[in-house]
Amino acid sequence: MKKFIQDLAETHRYQPTHLLPILRSVQSQYHYIPQEAIEQLAQLLNISRTQIIGVVEFYSFFHLSPRGQYELLISDSITDHMSGKKNLISYLAEKLKVAVGDVRQDGVVSLDNTSCTGMCDQGPAGLVNGHALTRLDRPRLDLISDLINQQKPLNEWPAELFLVEDNIYQPGLLLANPIQPGTALRAMYKRGVPETLAEISFAELRGRGGAGYNTAWKWHLCYEGPEEDSFCDIATHRQQQRYVVCNADEGEPGTFKDRVLLNSYAHEVFEGMTLCAAIIGAQQGFLYLRGEYLHLYEKLQAVLDERRQAGLLGSNILKEGLNFDIEICLGAGAYICGEESALIESLEGKMGIPRNRPPYPVTQGYLGKPTVVNNVETFMAAASIAVNGGDWFANVGTEKSKGTKILSICGDCSQPGIYEYPFGTTIQTVLNDCGASDVLGVQIGGPSGTFISNKEFNRQLAFEDLATGGSFIVFNDSRNILEIVNNFTHFFAHESCGFCTPCRVGTSLLKKQLDKIIGGHGSAGDVVALEELCQLVKTQSHCGLGQTAANPVLSTLQRYPELYQSRLKKISYEPGFDLDGALETARRLAKRNDASAHLAQAEE
Amino acid sequence: MSKLITIDGNTIPFEEGQTIMEAATAAGVYIPHLCHHPEFTPHGSCKLCTVKVNGRTCSACTFPAVDGQDVLNNTQELTDDRRLITQMLFVEGNHFCPSCEKTGNCQLQAVAYHLNMLDNHFPLFYPNRELDASHAEVMIDHNRCIFCTLCVRASQQKDGKDVFAISGRGLNKHLIVNAQSGLLKDTDIEATDQAAHICPTGAILIKRTAYQVPIGERIYDHQQIDQVSLASENSQHDK
Repeated sequence: MKKFIQDLAETHRYQPTHLLPILRSVQSQYHYIPQEAIEQLAQLLNISRTQIIGVVEFYSFFHLSPRGQYELLISDSITDHMSGKKNLISYLAEKLKVAVGDVRQDGVVSLDNTSCTGMCDQGPAGLVNGHALTRLDRPRLDLISDLINQQKPLNEWPAELFLVEDNIYQPGLLLANPIQPGTALRAMYKRGVPETLAEISFAELRGRGGAGYNTAWKWHLCYEGPEEDSFCDIATHRQQQRYVVCNADEGEPGTFKDRVLLNSYAHEVFEGMTLCAAIIGAQQGFLYLRGEYLHLYEKLQAVLDERRQAGLLGSNILKEGLNFDIEICLGAGAYICGEESALIESLEGKMGIPRNRPPYPVTQGYLGKPTVVNNVETFMAAASIAVNGGDWFANVGTEKSKGTKILSICGDCSQPGIYEYPFGTTIQTVLNDCGASDVLGVQIGGPSGTFISNKEFNRQLAFEDLATGGSFIVFNDSRNILEIVNNFTHFFAHESCGFCTPCRVGTSLLKKQLDKIIGGHGSAGDVVALEELCQLVKTQSHCGLGQTAANPVLSTLQRYPELYQSRLKKISYEPGFDLDGALETARRLAKRNDASAHLAQAEE
Repeated sequence: MSKLITIDGNTIPFEEGQTIMEAATAAGVYIPHLCHHPEFTPHGSCKLCTVKVNGRTCSACTFPAVDGQDVLNNTQELTDDRRLITQMLFVEGNHFCPSCEKTGNCQLQAVAYHLNMLDNHFPLFYPNRELDASHAEVMIDHNRCIFCTLCVRASQQKDGKDVFAISGRGLNKHLIVNAQSGLLKDTDIEATDQAAHICPTGAILIKRTAYQVPIGERIYDHQQIDQVSLASENSQHDK
């Protein structure tokens, strides 16, 4: 092990910022992070062991105790549940003779749940040693169990198990007009760099991750840098280190469009990043790719190499004097890293905890330097705008939301996949196109977004109406709304980074309170208490995760209050726990099960 | 001309670079807090110091004071939210004041009194947490840790050591110490370190000192935390 760790650290030039990729290699080699490795790495990287332990315990894909040689994870996304995930994982557990959450005695296999893996259009999905598994059903699970029991190396597994399809059903402005590598950069140099920023500004491009910040303005602020920089001369100003970061930590359950863009439109995305680098004066870029998209890693590296060979990346790009390169960093299972400042922390090799703001990343981001963080789709759109002009883009959409939005549609529809629409398109149009019928409601923007009912399908996709990072989950009228809300609420409690009190404790309290009501243990005041808690978590939390964690409850409580009320008991109070259930151990020990060994919960 | 902000309608001056918390403290205005300490880099995690700045929710300990800001601090709405946040801290851990040796000297307890917290409001979590009594002079009772990171910062920024860190995610957050064994006895902490004394609750304690000051004669037995906090933080500031 000593040599392995030593070589690993050397490959990463002993950079503490590379802690995540280093730990990914250790985890993949030993199926956990051994204490000796932590001690050795602390020495080699010159960081404290507590930083390493902190990181290991923060990210879901790292473990301090051994997992199986085959680490199986099954996605917990609501859409996976809708296609029978619960039965499948029980079947798999039985088949492999391992309990969910455990490692089998022989150490060969471990099985657990994981947050949405971004395969909602081809679920139920999972991961084996980080590699995506799609379209899981019993025959496939039989095959996987056999392969594991025969201890077949992953590279000998049938390729169809790992097949990930794009499923693009409705290309629009961006998807139907792919640009040739280099054309956006050439167009920029022909038009002029500041003029290209003006073009993006004219296009009124807003961030595609969901928040919708004006992209040109963000780039401008990053170019300006912190206030103290504005006093230095232009030459010094230009020499300041700046960074371009592409946020491909697509963790919002139900979203998978970035997976498709990076699979089939990676040149456009990298070109957009390079464009940004020329505009703001950056030399280094990062693609922060969620760990669940490991299957894209090699392919993306190849695209980067291709671009380097074509003179579109590296030194003196297109002989215009631009030096810029892109590094791909893989995440390790933490939804919070989609938050830009948490993502930057993660890039620096730390726990993904959102920073206090101000300062904002545009003035103090990666390693304290001005940094632009944009969504995958935003960079792609910027590249297209550089080629086709701001007009081309701004002519589409609504007054406040220009251009198009790429949606990941999944759930109850006949054609789950990728759809691109001009902003302003109604929900009904989208539902008609994807083959959805008997629709109860749609979750727009994922769990952190809004649940809309079938009375609101005339509403529009737009920042001013229904904003979304791309997640669009359809539910038909056979679905149980409270089960959906429960899945989302548990998701947030699992993904809360734990930094601030309202979110750390609040998301767990929300989970408990909802479980209580859904479990039929709630009474009159419990829905009011739930709502009060929602408001507190929403207004007091440190970052977007906590501020939106109560949205599933709030948006359904507003639309279907009777659903919640119907679960309440008709008594004025109810203990917070199951009185009779608490006696179970005592009954078992006393070998009694007669009437007097039971307690009534309360008079109904 | 010095710059000004208003807090609850009262105009107070501030110096460039000060946070709202620093400006308020200097002006004798108490904003409840647990993870903030004037000597260390602000953390912004407990969220007790949440104020409204021009209508927007901000942490006073990290948010910079800017000329003309209209800050709301002592409002019913904020006090109610702060009480709920304090109750969250109580139910998350195992805080049983009557049997805790820190009672009367505990900032968590004192803030709770200040905010008129009369019950837990939320269901208790009863987490299963450990005790580290391995060190000869200093002990950790994890049941009472609220993850404020004051010990982490004091150790790094004052003691010139690196004894503590917070590890884990979400509700699994926990305090760890910098030793291969994971035990306090194998760290370089000493009872004289500030990190050993700064805990706002009873999570880090000096052994054999628990009842030297009898109950009834302790800091918050006679004074509210707002008075104590303003006096001590302004005297530290003057130093």
